[in-house]
Amino acid sequence: MIPLRRYWPVAASVVAVIVLQVALSLTGATYYMTQVAMSAYYGLVVIGLCLLMGYAGQVSLGHAGFFAIGGYTVAYMTTVNLLAYRDVPLMRLLQSLHLVVRWQNLYGADVLSFSPWPAFITALLLAGLIALLIGVPVIRLKGHYLAMATLGFGLIIYRVVLGTKGLGQADGISNVPPFHLLPWLQVNGRPPFRIQNYYIAWATVLLAMVLAINLVHSRVGRALRSIHQNEEAAHSLGVNTYRYKLAIFVLSALFAAVGGAMMTHYNGSIGPSEATVMKSIRYVAIVAIGGMANLWGAMIMAILLNFLSLRGVFGTFDDAVFGAILIAIMLLAPQGLLRMPKWHAVASVWRKGTFYFFARKLPDAAEGSEKSRMSPFSRGGSHG
Amino acid sequence: MNFPLIVQYGLSGITVGSIYAIVAVGFNIIYSTTGIINFAQGEFLIIGAMTAISLYQILPLWLAIALAVIMTTILGGLMEVVFIRPVRNASVLRLIVITIGLSILIREAMLHIWDEQVHSLPYFTGTSISTVTILGAHISPQVLWVLGTSAVIVAGLTIFFRFTPTGRAMRACADDPMAACLCGINDRWMVTLSFMLSAGIGALAGCVISPVTQTQYDMGAPLAIKGFTVAILGGLGNSMAAVAAGLLLGLLEAFVVSQFASVYKEAVAIVVLLLILVFRPTGLFVRREIGALRAA
Amino acid sequence: MPKESGGWFGPWWSERQVCMGMRYVRILSVALAGLVLVGSGCKKSTPAPPTKTTPAKAPAAKAPAPAAQKPAEAAPIKVGAIFAVTGPAANLGAPEQKTAEMFVEQINQAGGVNGHKITLLVKDSGGVSATALSLAKQLIDEQKVLAIIGPSTSGETMAIKDACQEGKTILLSCAAAETIVNPLASYIFKTPQKDSDAARRIFETMKDKGITKVGVISSSDGFGNAGAAQLAKLAPEYGVTIAIAESYAATETDLTGVLTKLKGQDVQAVVDWTITPAQSLVAKNMKQIGLNVPLFQSHGFGNIKYVQAGGEATNGTIFPCGRLLVAEALPGTHPQKQVLLKYKQDYEARYKEDASTFGGHAYDALLILTEAVKKAGSTETEKVRAAIETLQGVVGTGGVFNFSPTDHNGLNKDAFEMLTVENGRFVLYTKK
Repeated sequence: MIPLRRYWPVAASVVAVIVLQVALSLTGATYYMTQVAMSAYYGLVVIGLCLLMGYAGQVSLGHAGFFAIGGYTVAYMTTVNLLAYRDVPLMRLLQSLHLVVRWQNLYGADVLSFSPWPAFITALLLAGLIALLIGVPVIRLKGHYLAMATLGFGLIIYRVVLGTKGLGQADGISNVPPFHLLPWLQVNGRPPFRIQNYYIAWATVLLAMVLAINLVHSRVGRALRSIHQNEEAAHSLGVNTYRYKLAIFVLSALFAAVGGAMMTHYNGSIGPSEATVMKSIRYVAIVAIGGMANLWGAMIMAILLNFLSLRGVFGTFDDAVFGAILIAIMLLAPQGLLRMPKWHAVASVWRKGTFYFFARKLPDAAEGSEKSRMSPFSRGGSHG
Repeated sequence: MNFPLIVQYGLSGITVGSIYAIVAVGFNIIYSTTGIINFAQGEFLIIGAMTAISLYQILPLWLAIALAVIMTTILGGLMEVVFIRPVRNASVLRLIVITIGLSILIREAMLHIWDEQVHSLPYFTGTSISTVTILGAHISPQVLWVLGTSAVIVAGLTIFFRFTPTGRAMRACADDPMAACLCGINDRWMVTLSFMLSAGIGALAGCVISPVTQTQYDMGAPLAIKGFTVAILGGLGNSMAAVAAGLLLGLLEAFVVSQFASVYKEAVAIVVLLLILVFRPTGLFVRREIGALRAA
Repeated sequence: MPKESGGWFGPWWSERQVCMGMRYVRILSVALAGLVLVGSGCKKSTPAPPTKTTPAKAPAAKAPAPAAQKPAEAAPIKVGAIFAVTGPAANLGAPEQKTAEMFVEQINQAGGVNGHKITLLVKDSGGVSATALSLAKQLIDEQKVLAIIGPSTSGETMAIKDACQEGKTILLSCAAAETIVNPLASYIFKTPQKDSDAARRIFETMKDKGITKVGVISSSDGFGNAGAAQLAKLAPEYGVTIAIAESYAATETDLTGVLTKLKGQDVQAVVDWTITPAQSLVAKNMKQIGLNVPLFQSHGFGNIKYVQAGGEATNGTIFPCGRLLVAEALPGTHPQKQVLLKYKQDYEARYKEDASTFGGHAYDALLILTEAVKKAGSTETEKVRAAIETLQGVVGTGGVFNFSPTDHNGLNKDAFEMLTVENGRFVLYTKK
């Protein structure tokens, strides 16, 4: 019997989502749904990264690259104009299978391009393939080296999308058509479809959360946690650490690609600014702020911080706020804000903060103050 | 391609290579003493340069640079005491994330303290159009300053680490912190000192390259990335190797520019980084077994 | 609790005293934080990003208040602005934001447009297209602005173009790409001059000087790529051969390699097309490696800071530009002189930095909007939009604008003046 207790947050979220939608509709403030939907798609990347960083313990500074792969593949395939080849037999075959459709873009021009579903599937396959190709050599690296390697990967993707003419170079790809998931359901950012898309976005995120929760509570999840705690010990117990790490890397890449593809259809465009190092760092920051191994924390923080950022609440201090929150959380509440018992959370952070301010040390009993005396230079060996 | 042209490319490669090398040396100092990779290293260069530029408006150049270096050194030490010291025995992941957060914070602070415009120090000797001819190729005299300063820094560091008590103490901490502690070395201050040293070197480097590359608030991150590449290329912790690796990368970039479309220049460093990490993560100049022992 | 006494307090206080003291500090700080939150919550109504000049914020925030208090006054016009105030395009967005705020303040002090004061809602997109889109949707759907000024870069403009067109909101972009107004969309306009016109002026000058073989370098961003494409397209018309065309990363710090390549091709002139600070690097590196040929820059060179950064090396650079930079040297009868001088003096007096042509694009955008509102005599979007298309002879900083239903840019080749640098100052270029 599957312990259903672990799904009660999902049920609670579903209720909260519906309540929020009704509230927004009644107050006529449905425009907030735009930023919520966009944050939800960014949240997909964060969930995947949380699995990778929190549970498997592998850092990735290049996940914006997978987001971009998903988004650009979808954008390219649904906007590339194959009208010149419409009489080629292969094209006729594809058209009869509805894999290629003819439509008119905003400026009245006739376009013959792939329909969104084949593009979506291709995006996933491509992202998975690239993750596999990158992962095989890179996953066996540890610590700083893995961080550098993923950073390098992210940079390459950025340079590729910035430099390729077919991908729009610096201007990106725009006029991306909506994604008809089902004949009556489409991913579309325009006002008439707001409520529909609000639910699509949340459904995607909650589906991803259910998948992630299932994974974490399964044998695979336990294996991952053992790898995170102590890789050598796990290995000696027969856990195939390399394969698990690689599998989670590919899975998190797929989550990111789904997020990218959906976001591109929602926004109707994508640009190289989605593949920058700063974006990757933001995703890492959100996972860290939510608590490295805390799926719900990561999701909530992703929605919250991205929502505020997209609405311009932080003004010109956007990046500074992320950096400041990141440092504060890393120093004072490394398990994330939500891991602490609710009623002690604020008080505890506060207590630590003032103590730290005056005493220049953290009352981190869990870290072991004795340990800090004995080996001040533990070179990243202990988990914390 | 005639000889002067080859020399020209070579000098262009050596110029950028020495810049990368200095950043990498800064990484290595901190890494070898604490095992932390400081993602905020690039920002030290920019802080040093910006401070010097502001001070130059009221002080003579040499004094401005000296003061800027001192101020950045103190800042580096403060940074370590406030942000790194409490969490030093935390996991690698957490340290990486903290230094990343620091680099973002410093960069945004620079944006709001100064502005988004580009600034530069004046050329130390000559002006922006003076050139020096070497073997038929022309370079700015500032390039010679960059090369000279890098050489002096590396030489100075080598002497410091090999012959002075403090330097030897730092090396002891790098080798075995517990044993160093038992010998009476104050390990915490060694860490702070390594940050201060790294910040000071970075600031000096930033000042000397400022006339050549111009200084803008967001230049720290790309410099840091190139710096890591070079540090890893040479083997983390090995400063002399970092210098050699830096020059190598610079020459490689110049070669790529000469033969292929210059748009691939940026890709060179990244491809080199990935290749090194995949095939020889311990670096080119470190023997495999020793490197494996050193890796975390 | 650690065993030793309270850390930095040393031997002066005991542990217990430190803890007690800290409790009071904690209570005090919570109270203080609460006050700050309450205080800042009151200001959150108009989320204008904090700029270095605080006087700018106060009037903009006060503008809606007097309008609300006097019901007899006309309703304020809401205008949105999306600029890349921070991030990689900050050297474009920051002057644009400052200019916009200054312009709106001046208009409001003069009584507004047809009695309507303007409420300017400035948003910082950080140069990221998704953020720009989200902010645009906010402005269109929630704030229901009459028009959006900006964004600063072409990528962001392309990302929000559809949203503005479908949302029936006027967009006056400060970005230069041709694709913004071609294919034409009825609500989309742009104020910067055409790249093709700039290229034509450069080639005309080259023809006069008898230059036939050039090397082109451009930055690999939207502006640079567009310019390089125009140069390649138009070169044959003027009998110029592009011997070598290279592109460099916008964040490049040393261009000696690329320029050595050009040197190896024995070009008669170098054309550099970029809007980033690398422009000064090109000038310096050219002289340093001994490539002593004329340097042509694009209209992205329009900021004295680039001349200052480049020092003596920039003397002799030839480039097409709006006349803002040489406003003093214009003859008194020139239609643009008054507007340019006023803008320049006001900007420099207020912000203590040199005026640049980038800020001028935002000025022109707001000017066009206010002129259209005056002409239409109403603040209804459709009427204002139609009015813009009929505007003729609007004197802005970038040139004299003449719109039409098929021309949503309004500028032609004459918007440009060929300028050069002499002794570190911008002067008009005269044929020798």
